[in-house]
Amino acid sequence: MTVDRLSARFAACKSQGRAALVTFVTAGDPSVADTPAILDALVEGGADIIELGMPFTDPMADGPAIELANLRSLGSGTKTKDIFALASAFRARHPETPLVLMGYANPMLVRGPQWFADQCSAAGVDGVVCVDVPPEEDAEIGPALRAAGIHLIRLATPTTDAARLPAVLNGASGFLYHVAVAGITGKQQAAQAAVEQAVARLKTATDLPIAVGFGVRSAEQAAAIGRVADGVVVGSAIVDIIGSHGDAAAPFVKEFVAALRGALNANSPHFRETAA
Amino acid sequence: MTEEIEAMTDSITLPNSLRSQPDASGHFGSFGGRYVAETLMPLILELEKVYRDARQDPAFDAEFTELLRSYVGRPNPLYYAGRLTEALRAEAAPGKGAKIYLKREELNHTGAHKINNCIGQALLARRMGKKKVIAETGAGQHGVATATVAALFGMECKIFMGAKDVERQKPNVFRMKLLGAEVIPVVSGSQTLKDAMNDALRHWVSNVHDTFYIIGTAAGPHPYPELVRDFQSVIGREAREQILELEGRLPDMLIAPVGGGSNAIGLFHPFLDDAEVRMIGVEAAGEGLAGKHAASLAGGKSGILHGNRTYLLQDEDGQITEAHSISAGLDYPGIGPEHSWLHEIGRVEYMPITDDEALASFQKLSALEGIIPALESAHAIAIAEKVAPTLDADRIIVVNLSGRGDKDIFTVASALGVEI
Repeated sequence: MTVDRLSARFAACKSQGRAALVTFVTAGDPSVADTPAILDALVEGGADIIELGMPFTDPMADGPAIELANLRSLGSGTKTKDIFALASAFRARHPETPLVLMGYANPMLVRGPQWFADQCSAAGVDGVVCVDVPPEEDAEIGPALRAAGIHLIRLATPTTDAARLPAVLNGASGFLYHVAVAGITGKQQAAQAAVEQAVARLKTATDLPIAVGFGVRSAEQAAAIGRVADGVVVGSAIVDIIGSHGDAAAPFVKEFVAALRGALNANSPHFRETAA
Repeated sequence: MTEEIEAMTDSITLPNSLRSQPDASGHFGSFGGRYVAETLMPLILELEKVYRDARQDPAFDAEFTELLRSYVGRPNPLYYAGRLTEALRAEAAPGKGAKIYLKREELNHTGAHKINNCIGQALLARRMGKKKVIAETGAGQHGVATATVAALFGMECKIFMGAKDVERQKPNVFRMKLLGAEVIPVVSGSQTLKDAMNDALRHWVSNVHDTFYIIGTAAGPHPYPELVRDFQSVIGREAREQILELEGRLPDMLIAPVGGGSNAIGLFHPFLDDAEVRMIGVEAAGEGLAGKHAASLAGGKSGILHGNRTYLLQDEDGQITEAHSISAGLDYPGIGPEHSWLHEIGRVEYMPITDDEALASFQKLSALEGIIPALESAHAIAIAEKVAPTLDADRIIVVNLSGRGDKDIFTVASALGVEI
């Protein structure tokens, strides 16, 4: 990879004195034809980093919102080749915006790790989050991605204690995704104090940017987390909008993302000065 | 002293033994492993440690063994199925027709092998200080067994069950409730066993601090496939002792049904290093391998689901496809990782049996021996019926009669067009 879009974007956000806005949608939800407009809406609304979910029949780490998105996508016929076509087209339209694929091991690895890494590379994908490959099973996916210059983004959770954290960080790159609640996506909301404590603890162990996700649903929450983390991940709340509005979701997505971004900007001394 | 040396040898990992799997990282060859979300990893590692400690603790084994004796009713018999044997000999060439023995797991408390594993895992849950247990269930057998041990140990119990299965298996739902369990209908996905497992995992990940997941088969993330196998290996140890007493030698063949494969691995494992013992695992071929079926080895390929790498029914994109079998206990798109390994190295042969073949054997065993087998077990009987007539009359087959068929009478009646 010649350009490290993820590092560049985190650095740019830092220089603006704000957290990066990381937004998640499921590829092909509600259909492959609708996804480009939704991805553009994310970028136009002010998302810094796009997480594109690879749908899976059995998304066991996800709550109802993202599970339904997976089923809508697969129900409308989304294939893996469509997801890489969406990624390639996104890369052509948005040369600077980092794109991360997020999903489960089986669809990623069914044709082998090398095939997957090659496809990511060809499509201009910057990083991968593989929910059900912990560090213990890194050999399944890590070496192939690293050789292709694709970031393997690891997850740290409330159950990842100090003894275990080095194993999680070993081989992690791009950013560290802090899962704020011990649970599934979408439902519970983490206490701000717990998030602050966790981010502080992670910061002492790594120089990687820390993005916090799971249960972030509102601009206020995003702003609060953005004051301590390098990035804020919002997924289920956006996916719910797509669930409600279907193929007409793009403008609603853009409006919601703009509100999230506005809340993060408000944290920034840079933006406050500009506004004044 | 000799005993001590034997005991030591037994616990040493012998490189040329087929009984030394999994490796330290939980792999059986390229299968198995720990494919779970990070939130669950620390708990899985703790479970492994607790399990290793328990194995070293004579008090743990003593309590397990005593509960199997006084509560489950072990040892259960190894029964010579003389009428079935003779019926098959009558149709075989002269001098052919192996002797068929049945390992009577269906005589256990709750009517199947499932309880062996539930007792073991409940003891581990107590050892870890967890007062809540959860489980997934298809037809309800594992749910009933889990609810039973939860009652026995005074633990709070939630059973995740596909909404379609809740509707189809009302008697078992009622049993679980009587036993004090809460039955949670799962409305996601196909609303069957794999979705029940997804939701059980979702609940677990959200309640790791106080909840123990009693997985019902020899699958899932390491150390589950190993510990479930170990708890179920009482089946094979007993059968081995019993056949030596009855016949003075080891059997020529073992046959067991395989869904996730816990009863089969429990029977097979103590015999894996006995090269003269042939083993057949029976997969559910449903409507036939060209149609809807649940035969992961015959019709699937290696993939990752529910915490382990194993053979799975899936499409070219790695999406899991729906399994089908008349037997709800075999209606799962995967198989335990040790079976995938034993299949790949060729130690165990796996053969398919269709719904129709299983139905015929269900009726045949009932009529000939006065034993109504579970539909799962009927799959194994069907293979015995095919293989026994090809073997000499002095050969010995042991079939795992993994469960009793009372639970299946509605399904069978409906398949036969009988209203009850």
